[in-house]
Amino acid sequence: MVVVGVIASAIGIALGLWIDWFPAQASTQAKEIDTLWDVLIIASVPVFVLVMVVVGTAIIKFRQRPGEELKDGPPTHGNTRLEVIWTALPAIIIVGLVIYAWQVLETIDKKPSSEMVVVVTGQQFTWTFEYPQPGGKPVRTNQLYVPQGQSIEFKIKSVDVIHDFWVPAFRIKMDAVPGITGSYRITPTRTGDYAIVCAELCGLGHSTMRQTAHVLSRERFDAWMVAQQKGAAS
Amino acid sequence: MAAKLRAPGWYRAGAFTLLGIAFCFGLTTLIRALYSYDPLIDGYAITVVAMLGAPFFFLVGLGTFDYWFYWAAGRPTRAEDHSSHGAKSWRDYFKVNTDHKVIGIQYVCTSFFFMLVGGAMAMLIRAELAAPGAQFVNAQTYNGLFSVHASLLIFLFIIPVFAGLANYVLPLMIGAPDMAFPRLNALSFWMLPVAGTLMLLSFFAPGGSFATGWTAYAPLSTDAPLGQMMFTIGVQFAGASSIATALNFLVTIITMRAPGMSFWRMPLLVWANFSTSLLVVIATPFVAASQFFVLLDWALGFNFFNAARGGDVLMYQHVFWFYSHPAVYIMMLPGFGIVSEILSVKARKPIFGYRMMAFSLLAIVVLGFSVWAHHMFVSGMQAWIRVPMMITTAIIAIPTGIKIFSWLATLWRGVLKLDTPMLFALGFLTMFTLGGISGVMLAMIPVTIYVSDTYFIVAHIHYVLFGGSLFTIFAGVYYWFPKMTGRMYDERLGKIHFWLTFVGFNLTFGPMHVVGLQGMPRRVADYAEQFAGWNLFISMASFVLGASTLVFVWNMVASWRAGPKASSNPWRALTLEWQVSSPPPIFNFDAVPTVVGGPYEYGVPGAVHGIFNSPVEAKPAGSLVTRPTKE
Repeated sequence: MVVVGVIASAIGIALGLWIDWFPAQASTQAKEIDTLWDVLIIASVPVFVLVMVVVGTAIIKFRQRPGEELKDGPPTHGNTRLEVIWTALPAIIIVGLVIYAWQVLETIDKKPSSEMVVVVTGQQFTWTFEYPQPGGKPVRTNQLYVPQGQSIEFKIKSVDVIHDFWVPAFRIKMDAVPGITGSYRITPTRTGDYAIVCAELCGLGHSTMRQTAHVLSRERFDAWMVAQQKGAAS
Repeated sequence: MAAKLRAPGWYRAGAFTLLGIAFCFGLTTLIRALYSYDPLIDGYAITVVAMLGAPFFFLVGLGTFDYWFYWAAGRPTRAEDHSSHGAKSWRDYFKVNTDHKVIGIQYVCTSFFFMLVGGAMAMLIRAELAAPGAQFVNAQTYNGLFSVHASLLIFLFIIPVFAGLANYVLPLMIGAPDMAFPRLNALSFWMLPVAGTLMLLSFFAPGGSFATGWTAYAPLSTDAPLGQMMFTIGVQFAGASSIATALNFLVTIITMRAPGMSFWRMPLLVWANFSTSLLVVIATPFVAASQFFVLLDWALGFNFFNAARGGDVLMYQHVFWFYSHPAVYIMMLPGFGIVSEILSVKARKPIFGYRMMAFSLLAIVVLGFSVWAHHMFVSGMQAWIRVPMMITTAIIAIPTGIKIFSWLATLWRGVLKLDTPMLFALGFLTMFTLGGISGVMLAMIPVTIYVSDTYFIVAHIHYVLFGGSLFTIFAGVYYWFPKMTGRMYDERLGKIHFWLTFVGFNLTFGPMHVVGLQGMPRRVADYAEQFAGWNLFISMASFVLGASTLVFVWNMVASWRAGPKASSNPWRALTLEWQVSSPPPIFNFDAVPTVVGGPYEYGVPGAVHGIFNSPVEAKPAGSLVTRPTKE
């Protein structure tokens, strides 16, 4: 039974780590979260395997056989040592996971030395993006452009109902709530185009509230920004 | 005819409902006239007032208040009239009845009716999602379908069906002749059809049914068409029913246990319902409050959730989840109780660690109130509260783990009878473990930040509420079917039902974890092309799962009509409900039982839980007989 359990756990963990669960990994935060997921897989699989193996063994070994219709099992009422173990062991695992998750949370929330702010406004059923310019009119677009390797703080607002600003490739999401300004930060690591998805039911057009986030290299982003500023000025 | 309209029943209920609508029409119009509102007659205003008022007229007409009104008016009441006990034909189940056994069956059948309706909606949802783009329904109908699906299955199936099963077996298990408040019990039941009818009628409302999810987040809900109010008001009736039943259970358990039935001799089902009832009486008023806020915002412009007028949008979520997180335990703890009964009887062994099982229930009750904001990790609430909520959430895994490991140890070295109730109990044990594991993953804030509002959440809640709660409900219905109907179900069909359900369930909800992690949001009628393959697979599997329910319904109906007669104790169980005939006598016990030992002493030679040698006649509830209870 132990052998079956160990082998099944090893296969389960290997499978869990081999499967590509997530969409493209396009931010430093995504890397942290994906690693946390792998750790959770490693901690979870043996627990599930344990339950399955015990149930399976009980079904095979202890099922009622013909002639045992009136037989009872032994009157075992408990076992203090066992009960202490299965209270303490999960507690230790839980404490470990919670501390690790807390660390990950601190890391992904950490404010770097330089940061660019993008104001994101949700409304039924579209997103608008504003790039505040020091001493000038902000640049407004409805396509998100961000430079690679630059930490970006999104300030998230809503003008009507609750929306949720989510780029799956960046992993982080936050509700856009009328009346308050939420925020989160990400640092894009890969150029490319990624889906923006509204993740909070916001009405009939909720499933169509999708746009695109473009991660550009620094040079191309700067060029885009200059073009936008000119467009705003003219 | 005049006599029919005066006597309690459906004729009077119909007449009173019309009277109620007329009254609400008059009241609304009068108030609008006093305020000189234009137009004087406003259909929406009248409908909302009538949805609140007419159900009370209906309940009065049906006769649920007759005794109290007679008593309040000083007219003669008939405390010892048991004409409304027992059911002689199927028609008696459509009348107000104060017998807990009749009410239990009324509860179970009504909730399964709503389960079938809600399940049919799930089939429509999956048909729409079988391919990207619009198939059968438009966005309004789709959003309405998943909102009503969830609302019916939560408020009118899982919560009341547990109350129904416990209604039937709990008084029997503790050796009581009935519930403590039989008339309140009847009223609790009759509020459910009201709530369910309101929710279903919303499909006929102008603007369509409520379509804001079962969570009905403001300000989407405060600005929705009329159908939203049918959720808001329906929840009030379902909630009031829940609270009244929970009070009834608490008083019954505390005051009506048979002599010798100390707390530590109670079956775990009784412990589970004791814990659940504590959760209900404390938490359910909060969901009532959240929906009253929405009602006042919607109907009277109170601006509770209007940010432009100083309202606070997040307050809705806090009040809502302060109920709705404990609600997941309201939907799970009674199932824990059912599974404990079945595993012990079917493994022929005492429950392993009985006291820890009871204590872990109470631990879940207490901890359950300290975790609500884990539903709000991405809501924009103050950031610091997230870590404390993560810690308390993760801690709940410990008492839950104790329960799972104790069940496993109960199985160990037993003599397992693998019949339908046992298969569903074992199915629960494994599937709920998966739901629990994804629950621990969801406690981890960074993971939740990514997967919240995706299909990973849909997968998790279905593993907990279907693989968890519904499997225990099936287990319980099969287990007590002989007791409730006096007949045996068809074991072969039962096993077919189990395997179809078990396989269909995993093929349906397992892949939802995957599409969720790949980034598919929930509550969408349309989705990106990349998710098409898995969604078609899920839809196909879900139709198998849906079909499996038909096997169950056929088995129940056919066996109830013409199954072989059941003996009083087909499972050789020790608990008291199996020591009386199937179905039990009209007042449960011809002799009051005296409890002399624990409920699960299987394997102890000659052990009994209760003895019946006392010839004292069992008195019905309401006759004010107090019996001494030894602790």
